[in-house]
Amino acid sequence: MATTEIDIFANEEKRSLELAGHVGFDSLPDQLVSKAVSQGFCFNILCVGETGIGKSTLINTLFNTTFESDEASHYLQDVHLRPKTYDLQESNVNLKLTIVDTVGFGDQINKEESYKPIVDYIDTQFENFLQEEMKIKRSLHNYHDSRIHICLYFIAPTGHSLKSLDLVTMKKLDSKVNIIPVIAKADTISKSELHKFKIKIMSELVSNGVQIYQFPTEDEAVTEINSTMNAHLPFAVIGSVEQVKVGNKMVRARLYPWGSVQVENESHCDFVKLREMLLRVNIEDLREQTHARHYELYRRCKLEEMGFKDTDPDSQPFSLQQTYETKRKEFLVELQRKEEEMRQMFVNKVKETEAELKEKERELHERFEQLKRMHHDEKRNLEEKRRELEEEMNSFNRRKVAAETLMGQALQSCSQQPFKKDKDKKK
Amino acid sequence: MIERPETAVPSIARNLEGYVGFANLPNQVYRKSVKRGFEFTLMVVGESGLGKSTLINSLFLTDLYSKDYPGPSQRIKKTVQVEQSKVLIKEGGVQLTLTIVDTPGFGDAVDNSNCWQPVINYIDSKCEDFLNAESRVNRRLMPDNRVHCCLYFIAPSGHGLKPLDIEFMKRLHDKVNVIPLIAKADTLTPEECQLFKKQIMKEIQEHKIKIYEFPDTEDDEDSKLIRRIKEKMPLAVVGSNVVIEVNGRKVRGRQYPWGVAEVENGEHCDFTVLRNMLIRTHMQDLKDVTNNVHYENYRSKKLAAVTCNGVDSSKARGTLTKSPLAQMEEERREHVMKMKKMETEMEQVFDMKVKEKKQKLKDSEAELERRHEQMKKNLDAQYKELDEKRRVYEDEKVNWEAQQRILEQQKLDASKTMEKNKKKGKIF
Repeated sequence: MATTEIDIFANEEKRSLELAGHVGFDSLPDQLVSKAVSQGFCFNILCVGETGIGKSTLINTLFNTTFESDEASHYLQDVHLRPKTYDLQESNVNLKLTIVDTVGFGDQINKEESYKPIVDYIDTQFENFLQEEMKIKRSLHNYHDSRIHICLYFIAPTGHSLKSLDLVTMKKLDSKVNIIPVIAKADTISKSELHKFKIKIMSELVSNGVQIYQFPTEDEAVTEINSTMNAHLPFAVIGSVEQVKVGNKMVRARLYPWGSVQVENESHCDFVKLREMLLRVNIEDLREQTHARHYELYRRCKLEEMGFKDTDPDSQPFSLQQTYETKRKEFLVELQRKEEEMRQMFVNKVKETEAELKEKERELHERFEQLKRMHHDEKRNLEEKRRELEEEMNSFNRRKVAAETLMGQALQSCSQQPFKKDKDKKK
Repeated sequence: MIERPETAVPSIARNLEGYVGFANLPNQVYRKSVKRGFEFTLMVVGESGLGKSTLINSLFLTDLYSKDYPGPSQRIKKTVQVEQSKVLIKEGGVQLTLTIVDTPGFGDAVDNSNCWQPVINYIDSKCEDFLNAESRVNRRLMPDNRVHCCLYFIAPSGHGLKPLDIEFMKRLHDKVNVIPLIAKADTLTPEECQLFKKQIMKEIQEHKIKIYEFPDTEDDEDSKLIRRIKEKMPLAVVGSNVVIEVNGRKVRGRQYPWGVAEVENGEHCDFTVLRNMLIRTHMQDLKDVTNNVHYENYRSKKLAAVTCNGVDSSKARGTLTKSPLAQMEEERREHVMKMKKMETEMEQVFDMKVKEKKQKLKDSEAELERRHEQMKKNLDAQYKELDEKRRVYEDEKVNWEAQQRILEQQKLDASKTMEKNKKKGKIF
């Protein structure tokens, strides 16, 4: 969004000059306004309150039209947000109105997480805007702004005090969105009770540190009305789209046996005040606050989370290019590191396995050697035995030969002797 | 050009049945803008002596340039400078901070090559300041010092544009809103002026120079006016610091022996058209075009350069719709995927190799077992053989020894008998 803020650098010399006639730049605001009107405005309202408390009725009453909405059931598991967008036109002003309803709020038995979907929705709209703002090719002037400009928080008309769910929820929302608390179904509270109720509510909000939206009092044109209205918070409202005849006019009212509660009667309820403050006087301020305060806070937190800083360690301001370049360098370094890590891990794994396998190989080799040696020993053993046998056999053979020789000799001698005898006889 | 906003969000049209109150919204916007005040930066470029300072003074009906604050033609230095002066003017409750940027020395040297460079540098540096301020984590009020409009003064030669004019406008038309003006138009007769204008516009189109264009409006009246203005482009202007009396009226004009050229007379020159267009009707549009078109161009070029460092241009085309951070996120994801793929590949190769090796080991082991079995068998066979041999030998030995014993016994018996016989034989 283009800003036309006054130059705040006081050290730049700025001369004030008198004009000698009508130049014509006093039409600048008109130029600005006509451009804005031709583009159309957008406004986003978030309604938070229990089922059946009158949120849809109030919105219908505020905008004097019936926005279709299905009646919500009490049996939803958790809180849903239901945004619906409408194109409205009043005289020459086009308004793109988005109404976000919280369906199922306050219905669960355990309401600890009830605020979460609401906070998430608001953050998502901020995030979408931030993303668009950070794109390289962006079109902000065309962008449909979906950020919530106002949260109407509906307080049940118990007449005593705020419920703890109310305090918890409002506390979670007050730094993210402009909150205007309203007392719903105010036709069930009497005037004196209402006065006490309002005081109790405001003091509870203050003591719990809940920051609700304060109508701005710096602009002289609206200071008076805004400061008066600030004192009437929270507004006690009723809603009705039914027309009832009062006097000779048809007015919007709720008809009871004991009388009719007129929506636009300021002594009956604060509806008119709410409408004036919300739509006629401060709609632009609400949009501005959302952008300049709540969104900036979100953006700041998000960027800091991502590691962006405005100054480097030497307190020199970073230029955008430097910031992105540094980030990119860091990013590339990290990617490289991851790659290295993986490679290293792999190398280690390979080494380990190699070692294992080598060990196995060695063992095998050893076994092989062992077997070889065993075999060698066995062989030697065998050879020994063989030799032994051979020797024995040889000695046996020698004995045999010796014995046979002897026998041979003996036989010879034996055979000779008988011959001698015979010879002797013959003589 | 400003595009009409598209209804990208589905919405339902509704008619209101009574007073609601948001029709007051424009008034709220009006009030807030007046409270904030306005800024405008106007740049004037042209050779010295073309009446730039006089025109500025005439436009804003004030002595922006005076003896104490001389105009650019009086401040020529050796090189082209870009200098600014800020003034604050008020009218009808509206405050305007006007910054006039001028370029003393432009086009005055003998060699004017690159005399546009300081101008480009100035415009870019203002855009960069804005970009940095916009991108800070802690953003505050951002002063808008970007150049919203550049008035380029063309010397009234009557023939056509000079090469310097063409070169300058070509280089600046996509950085700033350029409005060409014919300076000192009181040296041209209406016919000469018409021809000159036609010639200039022809050359501008030939060289595809994009000068500032008025946005189309829906209003018929406005459209007619705009068309009339377009026909007069480039505007031929005359400026004057002097008020002269003509027929009882006090007018700003230039007094000649042959008459008075009135600045604000529409038949004498287009000054009024310029003033109305520049200040009264299109000042805001000039700012919007600067913000939405020229600045965004600068920004996207700057950020694309940062993001697409090292990424080749074929990939870069699809990345311009994201922020640099989203771009990095995507690159990170791509990288993770790439690494995963690499990891699986490496694992596959590794597993395969391990399997191979293990298989080899297994085979070796089996081989070893086999050989061992064989050798054992061999040895066992040999042992058996040996045992067999031994057994045979033992048997033989036992047999022979038994035989020997029998023989021995026989011999013994025989010798005993012989002894006996010997004894017997002697008796014969």
